[in-house]
Amino acid sequence: MGVLLDERTPYEPVRILAEDGTVVNPELMPDLSDEQMRELMRRMVFTRVWDQRAIALNRQGRLGFYAPVAGQEASMLASHYALSKDDFLLPSYRDIPQLVFHGLPLYQAFLYSRGHIHGGQIPEDVSALMPQIIIAAHCTQLAGVALGIKLRGEHRVAIAYFGDGATSQGDFYEGMNFAGVFKVPAIFFSQNNRYAISVPVSKQTAAKTLVQKSVAAGISGVQVDGMDPLAVYRVTKEAADRARAGDGPVMIESLTYRYGPHTMAGDDPTRYRTNEELGEWERQDPLIRFRAFLQGKGLWSEKEEEAAIEEAKQTIADALKKADEYMSKQTVGDLIDAMYAELPPELKEQKALFAAGEGR
Amino acid sequence: MAQMTMIQAITDAMRLELARDPKVLVFGEDVGVNGGVFRATAGLQEQFGEQRVFDTPLAESGIGGLAVGLAVQGFRPVAEIQFFGFVFEAFDAVASQAARLRYRSGGRYHAPIVFRSPFGGGVKTPELHADSLEGLFAQTPGLKVVIPSNPYDAKGLLISAIRDDDPVIFLEHMKLYRSFRQEVPEGDYTVPLGKAAVVRPGKDVTVITYGAMVQTSLKAADKVAESRGAQVEVIDLRTVSPIDIETVVESVKKTNRAVVVQEAQRKAGVAAEVAAQINERAILHLEAPVIRVTSPDTVYPFAAIEDQWLPTVGRVVKAIEDVLDF
Repeated sequence: MGVLLDERTPYEPVRILAEDGTVVNPELMPDLSDEQMRELMRRMVFTRVWDQRAIALNRQGRLGFYAPVAGQEASMLASHYALSKDDFLLPSYRDIPQLVFHGLPLYQAFLYSRGHIHGGQIPEDVSALMPQIIIAAHCTQLAGVALGIKLRGEHRVAIAYFGDGATSQGDFYEGMNFAGVFKVPAIFFSQNNRYAISVPVSKQTAAKTLVQKSVAAGISGVQVDGMDPLAVYRVTKEAADRARAGDGPVMIESLTYRYGPHTMAGDDPTRYRTNEELGEWERQDPLIRFRAFLQGKGLWSEKEEEAAIEEAKQTIADALKKADEYMSKQTVGDLIDAMYAELPPELKEQKALFAAGEGR
Repeated sequence: MAQMTMIQAITDAMRLELARDPKVLVFGEDVGVNGGVFRATAGLQEQFGEQRVFDTPLAESGIGGLAVGLAVQGFRPVAEIQFFGFVFEAFDAVASQAARLRYRSGGRYHAPIVFRSPFGGGVKTPELHADSLEGLFAQTPGLKVVIPSNPYDAKGLLISAIRDDDPVIFLEHMKLYRSFRQEVPEGDYTVPLGKAAVVRPGKDVTVITYGAMVQTSLKAADKVAESRGAQVEVIDLRTVSPIDIETVVESVKKTNRAVVVQEAQRKAGVAAEVAAQINERAILHLEAPVIRVTSPDTVYPFAAIEDQWLPTVGRVVKAIEDVLDF
């Protein structure tokens, strides 16, 4: 049974697990092995620990720019889990977990956060762009990457992650419209976490849903309960299969929530949302829901949870150490070298001045 | 050799590069079936097919982003912005995305994109078609900005731009598209980016200019030669970012006088950069201040008055005389 727009109304989120972890739509259950489900849970736990650690490190001044992710683990990690290693990621600045599970070493993610050039040097075997800062700018790039894949005759999918605010940008519509016209293997993945910094979705658009914006572009779309990892996996897998088969792009709207501030740069969520609302969403915590489901199937225990937490702590400590070693290795000359394939004379001159300590 | 207009030379450059490199793609609004509103891409889709030369939806930011995405996938996009006044729609894609891709990725990715666009005054366009916006892009690190003044250079520079591994803004002055023909080799040749040309030798004063103002400056140089026998050296920058300051300074050290002529408004543009650099590098060689001839700092004028607004031969003559008589 299909879950995409052609087969159903777009106004109802696809859901497989209820809040208590019971299965409400067994016919939609994705084809995941027990071990794959455990792996997905491990990734979600890892990311929650990493997030808490990153927030603490940021407060200690040991990390730079950071956008918290707690609450969005199912949305981020279950969608990414439905992709292949070859698929191409275009993340936003909050989507660092997907990048890391796609192959970006964690220490580089820390370097990105601290503003080090090596943070953006995506390894050769990782198909991804650096995190995008300009809201929705990568939606048009997604159309280009996916057209490139199509022109090369490759069987890969490109996916862009962005938030709810991005769907107000012209680039979001332009990207979908281009992707539709060229019928390229692209997934537009909107994580609707309800707030663009402080502005609620109700002030962002009069549209009942964000996914209905895909209708105007003539592409397929689906809304999903973004706190339900199985549902997120299911819709993303189907979208990726569809795109891979040459049947064109899909937009996914994932209904989720960020528990923390927008970023660690002074945002205070209590100024624009209520504790009652936060509590409501905390009851829907994707980790609680998935844990209950897995425990019900005898696939997850406290012991496994503890092991995952320990592993996360150790990996983060190692990555932090490695990031620290890199910090001194960056000069103005490196920046100048990173500007062009061949340095123009004026930059050669400026590089020499800085190297001699005479920059002016 | 063939006699070609600048627009024919530009089409020829794209034809040669499309044939040479399968990674070259040409796209934009109306560039496919229609061959472009100025016919710059005439016949290219017919020859290379819809996968290589294609129409896009009407959205400049989409075109810019598409180019960046294709660049990441190893293609060499040649994207047309139908008129340069529309580039503000794509400013993020050009200045924040394409221009920074190499830097942000620490060299992992780069953007070998050419953004081609018609621009320039004197052809009675509607609003927002004729603006000279090269200064905005010259001030954007990571880009190269190229402005040919004749058919021969246009073809050689465009071939160089397409082969360049970094993003190039390639601006084609509308007035020059069909105003004169020139001998242009039929095969493949390049004119290097970042190299100025001395288009008229002289020893008394240097005029530094580019684009359609090369013609204006040459006429002014003739007039001054006629009226007072002064020998004016005219330099065509050809690339306005990076500027070939070496050629400029070498000339100024010989003539000791300089006038910088640009069609753009006065403030903070290419002419100001050239004047500042002459000041930094050759102050002791100067017998007079470096003078700029530009358009005034207003919005680009309505068509009925543009000929008075744009720098004229008379205004350039006056500036040359002022530095000679300083």
